[in-house]
Amino acid sequence: MHSEYIDPILERYGHNPTKLMQILRETQEHFGHIHADAIDHLAAKLGITRAQIESTATFYSFFYLEPVGRYRILFSDNITDRMLGNMDLLERLCRQLWIERGKVSEDGLVSVDTTSCTGMCDQGPALLVNNRAATRLTAERVDAIAELVKNQTPLAQWPAEFFQVEDNIRRKDKLLGSELQPGEALRAALSKPPEALVEEVKASNLRGRGGAGFTTGLKWEACRNAPGEAHYVVCNADEGEPGTFKDRVLLTSYADKVFEGMTLCGYAIGAKLGMLYLRGEYRYLLDPLNEILQRRRNANLLGSGILGKAGFDFDIEIHLGAGAYICGEESALIESLEGKRGNPRNRPPFPVTHGYLQQPTVVNNVETFAATTLIALHGGAWYQAIGTEKSAGTKLLSVSGDCERPGIYEYPFGVTVAQVLEDCGARDTQAAQVSGPSGVCISSAEFGRRIAFEDIPTAGAFMVFDQSRDMFEVARNFAHFFAHESCGFCTPCRVGTSLQSNLMDKLHNGHGSPYDFEEIKKLNQLLLSMSHCGLGHTACNPVLDTIAKFPAAYEKRLQHKDFTPAFNLDWALGPARRMTGRDDSGAHFKEEATGETP
Amino acid sequence: MSKTFTLDGKEIPFEDGQTVIQAALDAGAYIPHLCHHPEFPPSGSCKLCTVKIDGRQTASCTRRAEAGMTVESDTQELNDERRSLTQMLFVEGNHFCPSCEKSGDCQLQATAYQLHMLTPHYDHFFPNRPVDASHPDYLLEFNRCILCSLCVRASRDVDGKNVFALGGRGIGTHLTVNAASHRLADTDFSADDMAAKVCPVGVILKKRVGFAVPIGQRTFDKKPAADYVDSRLPAKED
Repeated sequence: MHSEYIDPILERYGHNPTKLMQILRETQEHFGHIHADAIDHLAAKLGITRAQIESTATFYSFFYLEPVGRYRILFSDNITDRMLGNMDLLERLCRQLWIERGKVSEDGLVSVDTTSCTGMCDQGPALLVNNRAATRLTAERVDAIAELVKNQTPLAQWPAEFFQVEDNIRRKDKLLGSELQPGEALRAALSKPPEALVEEVKASNLRGRGGAGFTTGLKWEACRNAPGEAHYVVCNADEGEPGTFKDRVLLTSYADKVFEGMTLCGYAIGAKLGMLYLRGEYRYLLDPLNEILQRRRNANLLGSGILGKAGFDFDIEIHLGAGAYICGEESALIESLEGKRGNPRNRPPFPVTHGYLQQPTVVNNVETFAATTLIALHGGAWYQAIGTEKSAGTKLLSVSGDCERPGIYEYPFGVTVAQVLEDCGARDTQAAQVSGPSGVCISSAEFGRRIAFEDIPTAGAFMVFDQSRDMFEVARNFAHFFAHESCGFCTPCRVGTSLQSNLMDKLHNGHGSPYDFEEIKKLNQLLLSMSHCGLGHTACNPVLDTIAKFPAAYEKRLQHKDFTPAFNLDWALGPARRMTGRDDSGAHFKEEATGETP
Repeated sequence: MSKTFTLDGKEIPFEDGQTVIQAALDAGAYIPHLCHHPEFPPSGSCKLCTVKIDGRQTASCTRRAEAGMTVESDTQELNDERRSLTQMLFVEGNHFCPSCEKSGDCQLQATAYQLHMLTPHYDHFFPNRPVDASHPDYLLEFNRCILCSLCVRASRDVDGKNVFALGGRGIGTHLTVNAASHRLADTDFSADDMAAKVCPVGVILKKRVGFAVPIGQRTFDKKPAADYVDSRLPAKED
């Protein structure tokens, strides 16, 4: 029975185990989960073991080996969603549906839980229902969703406005403001040899927009010069950093620029295949993006002999992720592209020499590729003159949180935090979290600082918190995020992020003491020096930043000057009291010496 | 004349392609480690073998040796951090040494002694991981798994069986076996497998021999971890 729906999928992916992610995703669409017998069938047909399939499947949040309800509702749980009241709405929905969070209803109809940031921070609170993004939730909307679920209305018949995703572009500059006809940049580049394009990109001083800021031209050159059987272009659209949604907007309204940039790179490095790694949360963009790719193929902007250039053959495939933040790390992303768990690789070697299938591979951010179209058209010198000395060009910021006009802002590099705050209509601002949880938390004393690699580098998130916000809860939300998204490969990050989030919960529960601060500081040192990749290195940043800059938020949670244990002896006797039906004074633990009541 | 680097001031010869830990162990110098095994390609996951090279910390099992590099390993800073990692492994699983039949033969325990670990320090997670005793000759005590992936690599690379794999993510990462039932009895695992012998802790256990060698006369009861330079448990022939 499983061969019926699985065999056509396997056929389409050429029975290729490296396509396991896509095969699993499409397999899952049949039952809503991956049936145990389906795994056996896949294992036999792909020539890999079921343990290998389970190993991959269980790594990703959006693959399910058990039934999870015909309606699978996941509330986005970034701090911005929290600030917009997502938890009340989640509880409301659970009440309406008479279910518990995280559990499937007894009739198998529905489940409700949370998921990491879905990239809708400018129009939250948001949720995913069967991987479809719904935005701008209100109590009324949640009530309507409950009715639709109860009546088992097919998703296709739900009101379209629930699924409307806005671009909210508030400020355009060179990239968003330029009108580019599909093929225009490519035509300009193809008139010269590939080396010339690499030179222009080098001259532009363009640095990767994913946050790390490696020089794009050098990356392309190194990849071009690396020996290999094939070269690959990978576009990193796994926009998982909480608070970031600029790539979503680029792929919604500027996809031609992104694909054209990838094609330019293909020309520059001599690749025949490009892959767009689209995060699972943006599943709804898959069909429109495939249509654009088809249109570009029809216009000879993809395929063989592109724009009449003999020998220049290049095409683009889309690979959909399945809910794993770590896959934004380029080597983990490549592992995922190969159908495996998203564990970051040991480096060196680096992807430019040993990337996808161990071949030379360029991995760039969506925004980086889009920017290269400007360079191909106007030249490297033109681009280099924009922005600051070490940060050429413009930067897209995804602004959300406490401001009147959340959305996308494009600025030349060097813009001050204060300027951004003013433009987005932020008032009474306490802090800005720049570049997401792995970035930095800026307090009001620092609003004169600049967005640039020289000062505050960023992948693009910009979350605003006004004076009413509790910065401790911001940090606690981020600590939970890192613990949830650690890949689990290395000891310090796997255990350390969980210990940190437990310590933050301890403080939240009123059992905090300065001792716990010291513990967090020590954990941070350990994660920084011992972790395998950037996730572990940065996982303690939000907590350390907020301890340093907003000590009052922590101090008010302290009960004692030295140490408070995480448990309470009297509370621990609770189950025994319930079992024995006793509640007299002898069944209670009495504090001695201190005279405190537990 | 072979190339050399220095490890804590001592000259260590190496051949091209060797990692820092391989060269060190070959030269009789101990660097604490759990997921490294001389017979397998490196994993780089436990991070216990982290050393400082030219001021930067890096796992010595994945770092290729280079002539003239200065490697620091046996420093208080690194040993403090290694002790913390060991404590993390203890609290992540359920490690009750006094009742464990691997006590004295366990590399995690021996490493903890080596690093002078006196307490678990962190709050225990107390995970709930049921034991698999389905196989007639072996049992799997998942509570002691440190996710070193040595059994995964042995089964895949040496035995050619892929009996084991790591599943899940983050703190939920766990060892799993290749069967729909997830029971060892339903795999082609056998006592002849390399994977049956490679577990550094007490997860993969041969049945009915647990206390054949009394505690007190076991591998690490006689010599500390550092003295078993390649730190493989010697075969117990008697």
